[in-house]
Amino acid sequence: MNKRRCDVAVIGSGPGGLAAAIAAKKNGAEDVVIIERDFEPGGILVQCIHNGFGVEIFQEDLPGPSYAQRFIEEARGLGVEMMLDTMVLEAEPNRRLFTTSKGGGIQEIEVGAVVLAMGCRERTRAQIRLPGTRPAGVYTAGTAQRWVNVEGFMPGKRFVILGSGDIGMIMARRLTFEGAKVERVLEILPHISGLMRNYVQCLQDFDIPLQLQHTVTRILGRDRVEAVETAAVDENWRVVPGSQEVIPCDTLLLSVGLIPENELSRQSGVKIDAVTGGPIVDDTFQTNVPGYFAAGNVVHVYDLVDWVTEAGFRAGKSAADYALGKRGKPGHMTAVRAGENVRYAVPHRIDPSSLAMEEIPIQMRVIRPIEAPIMIEALVNESVIARRGQQYARPGEMVTLPLKPDLTDALQKADTITVRVRQQ
Amino acid sequence: MLDFYDVIIIGGGVVGYMTARFLSRYKLDILLIEKEEDIGSVTSAANTALVHPGYDPVPGSLKAILNVAANPMWTQLAEELQFSFERCGDYVVAVGEEELPKLDELFKRGKQNGVQGMHRISGDEMRKREPLINPGTSGALYAETGGMCDPFGVTIAAAENAVMNGATILRNTAFEDFIIENNRIKGIRTNRGEFRCRWAVNAAGLYSDRVMHRAGVRPDFEITPRKGEYLVLDRAEFELKSVYFPVPTEISKGILATATVHGNTILGPTSNELEDKKDKSNTAGGLEEVFEGGKKLIPALDVRHVIAIFAGLRAAGNAPCQAPGVDYNHDFIVEIPDEVGGFVNLGGIESPGLTSSPAIARMVVDLLKDAGKKLEEKKDWKPVRPARPRFRDLGREERLALIDKDPRYGRIVCRCETVTEGEIIAELNSPVPPTSYDGIKRRTWLGTGRCQGGFDMPRMTEIMARELDTAETGVSKKGSGSELLMRRTKDVPEAQDE
Amino acid sequence: MNPTRNASGDLPREIICVACPKGCRLEAVRENGQILVTKEGCKRGIQYAVREIEDPRRMVASTVRVSGAMHPLVPVYTEEPFPKVLIPKLLKKLQEVRLDAPVQMGQVVIRDALDTGINVVASRNLN
Repeated sequence: MNKRRCDVAVIGSGPGGLAAAIAAKKNGAEDVVIIERDFEPGGILVQCIHNGFGVEIFQEDLPGPSYAQRFIEEARGLGVEMMLDTMVLEAEPNRRLFTTSKGGGIQEIEVGAVVLAMGCRERTRAQIRLPGTRPAGVYTAGTAQRWVNVEGFMPGKRFVILGSGDIGMIMARRLTFEGAKVERVLEILPHISGLMRNYVQCLQDFDIPLQLQHTVTRILGRDRVEAVETAAVDENWRVVPGSQEVIPCDTLLLSVGLIPENELSRQSGVKIDAVTGGPIVDDTFQTNVPGYFAAGNVVHVYDLVDWVTEAGFRAGKSAADYALGKRGKPGHMTAVRAGENVRYAVPHRIDPSSLAMEEIPIQMRVIRPIEAPIMIEALVNESVIARRGQQYARPGEMVTLPLKPDLTDALQKADTITVRVRQQ
Repeated sequence: MLDFYDVIIIGGGVVGYMTARFLSRYKLDILLIEKEEDIGSVTSAANTALVHPGYDPVPGSLKAILNVAANPMWTQLAEELQFSFERCGDYVVAVGEEELPKLDELFKRGKQNGVQGMHRISGDEMRKREPLINPGTSGALYAETGGMCDPFGVTIAAAENAVMNGATILRNTAFEDFIIENNRIKGIRTNRGEFRCRWAVNAAGLYSDRVMHRAGVRPDFEITPRKGEYLVLDRAEFELKSVYFPVPTEISKGILATATVHGNTILGPTSNELEDKKDKSNTAGGLEEVFEGGKKLIPALDVRHVIAIFAGLRAAGNAPCQAPGVDYNHDFIVEIPDEVGGFVNLGGIESPGLTSSPAIARMVVDLLKDAGKKLEEKKDWKPVRPARPRFRDLGREERLALIDKDPRYGRIVCRCETVTEGEIIAELNSPVPPTSYDGIKRRTWLGTGRCQGGFDMPRMTEIMARELDTAETGVSKKGSGSELLMRRTKDVPEAQDE
Repeated sequence: MNPTRNASGDLPREIICVACPKGCRLEAVRENGQILVTKEGCKRGIQYAVREIEDPRRMVASTVRVSGAMHPLVPVYTEEPFPKVLIPKLLKKLQEVRLDAPVQMGQVVIRDALDTGINVVASRNLN
């Protein structure tokens, strides 16, 4: 078996992984390897052919593959090695990895620091326990996206989409562009889960009806989907009697949520936050296992890829520091707690001495939308130490509160900092 | 393929294939016909996967006799056919004092049926053995001889062993009628032609009633499909240590919470009588009932850990037990009837059908011998069917050796279940190869994990198209009519509106 | 409340502004040859609403066929927002494109598409 060493190993070559590898190199790690299970790098960006990427980082409106290529070229240019078509079989707490591939067989890699950047998988039909038959034609939106945009196949002709997440809405447009008919988009909540811009440009533009507070109650069709039964629901997701409708179609796409892909993380002993589904991390994106870092959607689901890149940079630099022995000893850590109307906040822990050197953003998502000016606040022992106003807050859009270095003292003295979002 | 067979077996579930396997020991030309596109894809593929000790069936019934006779056979069978089997024992768990008398009943029944290795254990002992069990557990019946298997794995192993020993299997071949001459079955008519035989065996499961009626046998016998729904829970979240039954009700053994040979936890089944022999759909009510039933045994269950749902159909029959003095109306039929010659009739094989399958097969052999059929043993009968390697089960050295032989074992196609391209190709080249995505899924466990095929499907359509030499749009989920893809992205159909 | 026609006979239209993620609902109507935006709207919003009525445009992303490459399709996009009313025609044109590998990111796939002055370019390298 091939044995080797490297300074930093990045698992996944999506935006998080690419950024981490680049930052690791730039911060002194010499031997940086990206391990990618697909034949080519780019991760999920390979199939996200629509625009909307890079607005913050490049001030450009790029399609996913272009955004990815910029970083792929930079990574290659810096000498980052890429193991493609390669899967990590095992990730041990002592940072020994075992990989497998057709070309290379099984390899053992001893790693200075690991960056977990595996992204997400999609919530499945079984996970929402959707009743009915189990025919061909029930797919998650991402799987359909891969087929339509990369392999070049249409999985159906007449679609119903469950879930108004961004992937679902974007696929509604994509499928319509390629000559299919999207009959309906259904959303169980009273508001869309994704961005308003996608509602306008993907559904409204094409007169695709969106039904809020509706869901699919049953799949019909033995060998292939023939129709879906739908119904209206109340705020407790209970079916409104008599509201059932049967919509003939041949494909049901599910866009009902992303779940961080943390099997490998668990293997390595990384503790997972039950709310985010991702590792518990500190402000350097290190997990509870020394030398294991995590960046991007594997930590929590981001809304803009630009912020994933930013997180990747941070994690990559931290990984390089660790691998080179430059990471300082952990001192006092302040816990970050999700308070009023905050579903989760990341990072989970902050080292006040990091804050002394640079701003640390606390990223969160609200539980309930507030369509009025809001205030995001950070409190220590009931006093507000940082605040920021925004026009509104929605669960579908990440909310950020930057902590500035002048708060270092306040944090040094605090065990916990609580973040909350209230109407002004 | 011949025109004339010694034995034609109608129906390709675990009973049919086990019978074929046991008969393949003798110098017989054996044909098994199966109407589905793949073997064992109906009842045998969707059940609780248990090998029962035999304390549950009514004493004196054929179910009881065959269950208890079959149970010890599984150890050798698993070694020979090399399917996944664990004799972990099973538990009937009483929750609350009022359920304890039911355990006594089962214990007594077990003794009557000749079940060995049963023990009464206390609530405390049960909690020690399974920390997740309901804290209100008052006691349990522990039966050492219980076990769990991969039911489809058993079926395919038996089928392959039969084929290895000369049997022929025809899929997509549906029985239509018997050819009867001089009151003896001389052949069968199918949708793919006629086949002559000396003996026909009815192993048609859900359709066993229709088959036997065609032979003029038991016109009052009726199969009522009984649907059972299941939930599968993620092994990464927690694992149960064994098989846990609730105390039984009148109709069924109840909703279990059980470990599986895959490592996942299954909850189920429900029990709903249907009219439609093809209705395997899941229902909102059924799934809720499954979860609530599971929670009675394991209160810590979290519905967010569900990774798969499915349903199976039992062939529940209405045959009265033949033994005198036994009052039971849903017994197995395993007989050579008087009404017509050349016919071995199996019917109503529901639970404990999987467990009893080797004993049923052995009984078919005995029935044929008793009826005067000459059965000469093959000197070169191969009882062992070598299993193909499962990458996920192998140690590092074994994996390296496998990849050395064929680098395609180094490429993982299903991430959640660690299934490699090498294994998929091995299945596609196996004695009874799969022809659909579900066929590969049943054989390799690909696509049964957390992402339920989300990652592997695009890879699979490419691999299957290549290996089966078909267009990707020809790759199906479970046979013709269930193709996964409809067209190429840029091949727009002719009629396009503006 | 039923929208009432104005003197020019036009109905006011509700427009969801996507100039920023907030997604305000504006109302715009053509009156006397001019476009009036009522019901809130910041400066960017007014600009957006006026453009939506006069000359709605969208970034268009799709795929075109390529031969001799790792994949059968390469993603492409319009370099600038494209006139919405011409999008169906553009999609038809994209159907007919056949490229050969290798493709470069930024490579012009359709120059001056439908006389708009806007190029459709490849989103990535593809070998």
